[in-house]
Amino acid sequence: MAGGQELKLLGLWASPFVLRSRIALNLKGVGYEFLEEVPGTKSELLLRSNPVYKKMPVLIHNGKPICESMIIVQYIDGVWDAAGPSILPSDPYDRAIARFWAVYIDDKWFPSLIKIIKAKADDEETAEAREQVIAGLQLLEEAFEKCSKGKDFFGGESVGYLDIAFGCYWGWLKAGEKMAGIKLLDEEKTPLLMGWAERFCSADAVKELMPEVDQLVEFGNMIRARQNAAAAN
Amino acid sequence: MADKVILLSSWVSAFGLRVQIALAEKEVDYEFREENLFDKSPLLLELNPVHKKIPVLIHNGKPVCESSVIIQYIDEVWTNGPSLLPQDPLQRANARFWADFVDKMIYQCGSRVWKNKGDAQAAAKKELIGILKQLEGELGEKPFFGGETLGYVDIVLVPFSSWFYTYETFGGFSIEKECPKLLAWVRRCNERESVSKVLPDRHKVYERTCGLKKRLGLE
Repeated sequence: MAGGQELKLLGLWASPFVLRSRIALNLKGVGYEFLEEVPGTKSELLLRSNPVYKKMPVLIHNGKPICESMIIVQYIDGVWDAAGPSILPSDPYDRAIARFWAVYIDDKWFPSLIKIIKAKADDEETAEAREQVIAGLQLLEEAFEKCSKGKDFFGGESVGYLDIAFGCYWGWLKAGEKMAGIKLLDEEKTPLLMGWAERFCSADAVKELMPEVDQLVEFGNMIRARQNAAAAN
Repeated sequence: MADKVILLSSWVSAFGLRVQIALAEKEVDYEFREENLFDKSPLLLELNPVHKKIPVLIHNGKPVCESSVIIQYIDEVWTNGPSLLPQDPLQRANARFWADFVDKMIYQCGSRVWKNKGDAQAAAKKELIGILKQLEGELGEKPFFGGETLGYVDIVLVPFSSWFYTYETFGGFSIEKECPKLLAWVRRCNERESVSKVLPDRHKVYERTCGLKKRLGLE
């Protein structure tokens, strides 16, 4: 980090969106101050820095806030472009494909996973969400084959944009399986993804940041209990 | 080798129109193919199997989907024209943020204004006015969201202006009254041919929406 630069990240250890920013900063070897939010509350700094959505993560660089997780990742890639490999693919078409899948994962796939994490019973809605998550994993298995071009990551030789976009959810994917008591991952159906996930989770920039699945389950149960209590009142 | 560019879209889709404006800004020659959204072409279904939606840009046979992704692709491939996204990383992040805001907010809120009645419609109307005011605030005193010239956010937002008359007529309010600076910005955008030649007539959009409401049984 160049002298005189001030870099803060507002976030929470359990948030997959915050994890994206931290992985990107690690990939570039950039130091920052991590300001951890208290679950269930929003700090004044957060509300001031992200008045539109009041959500984390927020990256504050020399006093200027940047919001929305994948926008933050692209910002980091742009500012520290000389430090470390490029996060976005260099070819415009590969970039478009990576961006397309990142949008799909956030807009379509993750909402289905959330339904499973929040599921109160093994009902029709949960069954439908399960089908959607599994179908999505199949699509991403095919996408991995095309994007990786035989290499270790979606981004090729190193962790890239789509690795970060998808990989951040891996802990919650496994936590969701435990919380709902249903199987989502299948080594036989998505062998490439399973191999990729192992490499992603053990990558230098990622390994110390990935939360333990049991900790996520505990966190998820805590949030759920809090929401149930609030609903009951 | 000359570029072959095809756009699968619809004259009334705000998401497709923004791609048309971007292509016009870059002076890219392309073939426009109108899709019937109730009878989608085999090509569309083949090239966007995940969403089966327009717009789809086909560049030398390769498909690009998702309008915001397409515009960034156009900006990165055709570099001889004006830059649509800012060069500075912070300004670029800001442009992406507001374009994403437009995407998250306007279509779904505007749809609720023309699809609903009574309290639901009133709530949607209030929300839509709030969203437009937020955008007006972001525009500030600048001629365009992009600064002195038309940029990414302008291109992403301006097609919705063809829908303003529809929202106003169904919702019973005046966007000009609520957000006069935004309307001034719309007029400014229309001084550019890339915008004025592409945007559909607002009455045609309204008529089409009336027809759609009937078809969807929402009368």
